[in-house]
Amino acid sequence: MSGSAVSSENAIAISGLRFGFGSDDDVLAIRELRIRTAQRVFLFGPSGCGKSTLLALVGGVLVPREGAVAVLGKSLASLKSTARDRIRADHVGFIFQQFNLVPYLSVVENVSLPCRYSRRRLKRAVDADGSLEKSAARLLSALGIGEELRSRKSTDLSVGQQQRVAAARALIGRPELVLADEPTSSLDADRRREFINLLVSECGRANSTVVFVSHDASLATHFDLAIDLQTANAAAHQSNAA
Amino acid sequence: MLHNVGNTLSLVLKSLINRRATALLTVASIAVSAGLLSVVDRIRTDTQSSFANTISGTDLIVGARSGELNLLLYSVFRIGNPTNNVSWNSYEQIAARPEVDWTIPFSLGDAHRGYRVLGTDPGYFSHYRYADRRPLAFRKGGPFTTATETVIGAEVAEQLGYDIGRQIVVSHGLAETSFIVHDENPFTVTGILARTGTPVDRTVHISLSGMDLIHSSGGSDQVAAPVDGYEPEEITAFLIGLKSRTAIFALQRYINEFEDEPMTAVIPGVALQQLWGLVRVAEYALLGVSAMVVLASVLGLLATLLVSLNERRREMSVLRSVGARPGHVFALLLSEAAMLAFLGALSGLLLVQFGILAIRPFALSEYGIQLSVGLRAFDLYVLAGILGIAVLVSIIPAWRAYRNSLADGLTVRL
Repeated sequence: MSGSAVSSENAIAISGLRFGFGSDDDVLAIRELRIRTAQRVFLFGPSGCGKSTLLALVGGVLVPREGAVAVLGKSLASLKSTARDRIRADHVGFIFQQFNLVPYLSVVENVSLPCRYSRRRLKRAVDADGSLEKSAARLLSALGIGEELRSRKSTDLSVGQQQRVAAARALIGRPELVLADEPTSSLDADRRREFINLLVSECGRANSTVVFVSHDASLATHFDLAIDLQTANAAAHQSNAA
Repeated sequence: MLHNVGNTLSLVLKSLINRRATALLTVASIAVSAGLLSVVDRIRTDTQSSFANTISGTDLIVGARSGELNLLLYSVFRIGNPTNNVSWNSYEQIAARPEVDWTIPFSLGDAHRGYRVLGTDPGYFSHYRYADRRPLAFRKGGPFTTATETVIGAEVAEQLGYDIGRQIVVSHGLAETSFIVHDENPFTVTGILARTGTPVDRTVHISLSGMDLIHSSGGSDQVAAPVDGYEPEEITAFLIGLKSRTAIFALQRYINEFEDEPMTAVIPGVALQQLWGLVRVAEYALLGVSAMVVLASVLGLLATLLVSLNERRREMSVLRSVGARPGHVFALLLSEAAMLAFLGALSGLLLVQFGILAIRPFALSEYGIQLSVGLRAFDLYVLAGILGIAVLVSIIPAWRAYRNSLADGLTVRL
């Protein structure tokens, strides 16, 4: 697997980026954005300022109209969609706002899911803990999901528990990059703090770069760097001005 | 690659179990349609081969003037009733013709406990052929030698539990229980025929003299006439074997234009073809309807898949976020359709096997149709066909899911 060769000073490097859906106006225009490896970055801005779109671009699911997005030193624009999918599978863990889990799979199966699509992450999980199941179990207990919940169906869990399972899934096989899109918006304040602490410390242990997106600027204190996307996104200025 | 296929299948299976109510209904509707198609074709081919196997080596069947099919059906298949009789005189005239090798006289019209009684002469056991020119064989005993002896078919012996030496009584008429029971003239079983899979199995054979014995008003004082050379006044029909088949059409014309009494001669193969021609329309109509039912069930599958797409958009985007490619999403839906179709078709075909096992005795005893058990080539075509059509139509939802997964990115706006 050539994936291990992927490394760079910058986990994410964006330059001259423009993106819009279909033939609509640009929703995202970023001149320059660099996130260093192992940095914990907080990306904030009001809803609709293009946060989720930016994550989909970094994840290689969407393709920019213009400009370059490099993830772990690889320019996504130069890659075919299958190669972008492979980079996402091998190196990126995602956590969403809600509905993160596949309803018909158990908690452990959900956590192991990325390793179904990435041999690299499977190997890293096995190398780290001896087996995929042990790796899933370790992450789940680190995130406070007890043994009694692991074989349950994911739909039996509370929202807070589901988000922690999603975090365990994003972290399994130690991906270099963890992208979290408003993962705490459905949690109350205490749970929110607890979740972010767990996520950040687990990412630190795995030496993963974290990009945490939220509209709630008060969460910025948990991170190394806070970026205001509203300011960084030139397209947002235009639409706000209009 | 194999790793991926295994992954996809295990996901599909778990997803289907999660939606088991709709999945089971889809499987059931496909099972019904596959089973219907399979059973219609099986009954069709088994009926044909059962009929075709019943008579072999006979060149002409002769009876009183009637439709060719009617003659074939009542004389050989014991279906329906003869319209009239043929005089012994005419029979002898035709039997004496130089081109005729052998003849077998048939006298029908009576029954023993629902099984038809055939009055004939001992030549029947040596000349009658079925299937691929196979002669009749005795499982036990031998042909009748006196008027009060009888030879029974395998099915009769088995169903009624008769053995050699058993005394049986023949009733007049065909009803299972008749008011006129000739209990003064019991017959003794002297032979049991080996199973043939034809109406012979369900026939009680007696001599022509025995036939007259049960119809004569005499009683115990009547002396049993000898079997050989006995001459009744009339018979129902007779079979002819020729020395050379080239004479077949000339003799057929001769009989059809026979001056002394109106008679009909049919070539068994030709009459069977007529029968097929008659039922073919119905067969094809049934096959066509079954094929439509298959199509309807596959369309049901398509509808189910399309409906499920919307509620599964989130699931698909989650799979995308953990590394599934759009191709995986496409494969997921195709495999789902294939799995439903395969399970449905397979369970339908297996159910048919059990169904056939259940109705087999009935089909054999009531209609003389030997239904075969076990999967046949046609069943594999049904399985492959349904699988193929299902995969083909599921390209539509799979393509839509593929497009959705590209357009939705990772966040589904619902």
